[in-house]
Amino acid sequence: MARETKMDKQKMVVVEGSYAVANAVRVCRPNVISAYPITPQTHIVEELSKFIADGEIPNCEYINVESEFSALSALIGSSAVGARSYSATTSQGLELMHEVLFNVAGMRLPIVMTVANRAVSAPINIWNDHQDSISQRDTGWIQLYAENIQEISDMTAQAFKISEDRDVMMPCMTCMDGFILSHVYEPLVLLEQEITDEFLPPFRPERILDSKNPLTFGAFADPNFYTEFRYQQERAMQNSLKKIEDTANEFYDMFGRHFGGLIDEYCTEDADIIIMAMGSIIGTIKDVIDRLREKNVKIGLLKVRAFRPFPAQAIMNVIRDAKVVVVLDKNISLGMNAGALFIETKSVLYNTDIDVPVIGYMIGQGGRDIPMSTIEKIISDAEEVMRSGIKVESQFTDLKEELV
Amino acid sequence: MKSISLLAPGHRGCAGCCDAMAAKFTLMGAGEDCIVVSPTGCLEVMTTPYPETSWDVPWIHSLFENAGAVASGIEAALRALGKQGTKVIAMGGDGATMDIGLQALSGAFERGHNFTYVCIDNEAYMNTGVQRSAGTPYGASTTTSPAGKVSFGNPRLKKNMPAIMVAHGSPYVATTSLAYPKDMIAKVKKATEIEGPTYIHCHAPCTTGWGFDTSKTVEVARMAVQTGLWPLYEVEDGKVTKVRKIGANKKPVEEYLKMQRRFKHLFTMEGGADEVAKIQAIADKNIEEFGL
Ligand SMILES: Cc1ncc(C[n+]2csc(CCOP(=O)(O)OP(=O)(O)O)c2C)c(N)n1
Ligand code: SF4
Repeated sequence: MARETKMDKQKMVVVEGSYAVANAVRVCRPNVISAYPITPQTHIVEELSKFIADGEIPNCEYINVESEFSALSALIGSSAVGARSYSATTSQGLELMHEVLFNVAGMRLPIVMTVANRAVSAPINIWNDHQDSISQRDTGWIQLYAENIQEISDMTAQAFKISEDRDVMMPCMTCMDGFILSHVYEPLVLLEQEITDEFLPPFRPERILDSKNPLTFGAFADPNFYTEFRYQQERAMQNSLKKIEDTANEFYDMFGRHFGGLIDEYCTEDADIIIMAMGSIIGTIKDVIDRLREKNVKIGLLKVRAFRPFPAQAIMNVIRDAKVVVVLDKNISLGMNAGALFIETKSVLYNTDIDVPVIGYMIGQGGRDIPMSTIEKIISDAEEVMRSGIKVESQFTDLKEELV
Repeated sequence: MKSISLLAPGHRGCAGCCDAMAAKFTLMGAGEDCIVVSPTGCLEVMTTPYPETSWDVPWIHSLFENAGAVASGIEAALRALGKQGTKVIAMGGDGATMDIGLQALSGAFERGHNFTYVCIDNEAYMNTGVQRSAGTPYGASTTTSPAGKVSFGNPRLKKNMPAIMVAHGSPYVATTSLAYPKDMIAKVKKATEIEGPTYIHCHAPCTTGWGFDTSKTVEVARMAVQTGLWPLYEVEDGKVTKVRKIGANKKPVEEYLKMQRRFKHLFTMEGGADEVAKIQAIADKNIEEFGL
């Protein structure tokens, strides 16, 4: 169960989500930032360029690249030289980076990148869902999803710390819902320089490109060696499970705020129905749970914070005693008629003694609003499943039948 | 002149490989305090079969299309970290430079990053088996622009890459050839010492892709220069400042074309002579334009 979050109300300010992220990046003392505009991420890199223009980030170069492909490629160079490196993107920009994402992870470069999640075209759609980052799940990046602005701000500092750990050395995508978090103003405590300096040590990688000690990066590995590289990447991902937890706890000890490690829980202890989801929808679900708990519905929430690495054990521990599990996905794996979180949750239950029905919903596609009534409807479906024992699979919800 | 050993012997290139020679000459010009980026291609594959490496300088490969961007990041990071003096060099094939990597290279030059880009122009995609690139000259037979019953090979003219780089406002652009190592080494040295994005275009005959004896790389390269097909010049701040004259050594293009299997069809097919004449016209135009 997550620890209670202490917020210092006196230090609270009301700022836009993008600003909160930019400020967090600033206090993490990056050395190279590369950027290319794409809505709704653009505000983040605009704020950062302003900080740099005002001399507020010392020893930092800002590169206005000509594409997202080059945005991440430039960071390959900078990170390999030993510079703390950052970028932000979304949707089409992230898809354009696809090939580079693999390369960053394969070279074990701990780059941090914010993804302001947005749908992927066609049809072109700039609103929020998680299809962009979910499409990149196998590229070898750690993926963390934030619930609100305070969390994405704090997560930014945590991400550098996790990624740069010697046992991890994997890049990290910190995901925030586009517009819903990037463009909204919320009260939060901004990360402060002094305490962040204490939390996040300077980036000192073991191996860098340096003419005094020449090393070859990105060599050509034939079948005799390639598998071992992949194995080590997977092992680093597994190492990051603990590091993500530890970092959240360390952060709590220093800052007094905790949003979960790999996962977070809300009212799960005696819950018959457990809802699983990622991102900003968590807030709506909590409100629905508060209402239903008043009516004695035994319902709880499992917030998935880390999607990569997948927190299989943590999830199993929580849903072990539930009577039904509901998974909400803001993405779809076409041809499977299901979202990624649903598919993966089901897959970790196979070969275990946990026999709980798991039902999935694809919601909020392309920014479709998710009112509390939708969540309530889903929960009443789940109650029906619980009563009847009928196992349903994954489905779309709130479809406009007249349009299809 | 720096030791030749910055590219260690024992790489896995073909005998007489142009890419290996170009890399050696580049390192001799740059010296040991440098970081090298190579896109995907023959040079990358033959010099870094894990766990071996031929590079005695720090070296990084990322992808086929992003050497310009990776070099930008390295250069920016060195500046941010206050590490002065280390030269940044990107070295890639004609495909990586003139086709797939052109955007990243253009972006890097437009932004003015302080590094030197060396194009090792062997006039086709060699690493994937000799397919046509934007660097392939008119009339050359490649595996994707083959000569055939109704084809004289590649129907397009070679992209004028040095001119494109000059148009980016580069302070220094030079063409070089493997047949003139001293000239190339001096130009690389000069390029790496000039502040800003500089460009070297090296003509590099590939024994395997072009079809000539493995001992003839330098001879073929020299003939390209002597026919006027590959003029050697320097452009500083947009103006041609130096040209290597060929004068009395001038050779007809036929002699150059006949040395290589990729142009063989021009001497056997009907109408081939007309095609050779077109190639001679390209050389003549160069001779006139640069006063060779
Ligand atoms: C995106 C992408 N497309 C295609 C390839 C396959 N590929 C690898 S090397 C290469 C050709 C390289 O040609 P060039 O740049 O001219 O260098 P050379 O090998 O001739 O020295 C190609 C097509 C790739 N690695 N990446
Ligand atoms: S194909 Fe050409 S460029 Fe490639 S290794 Fe052989 S000689 Fe060198």
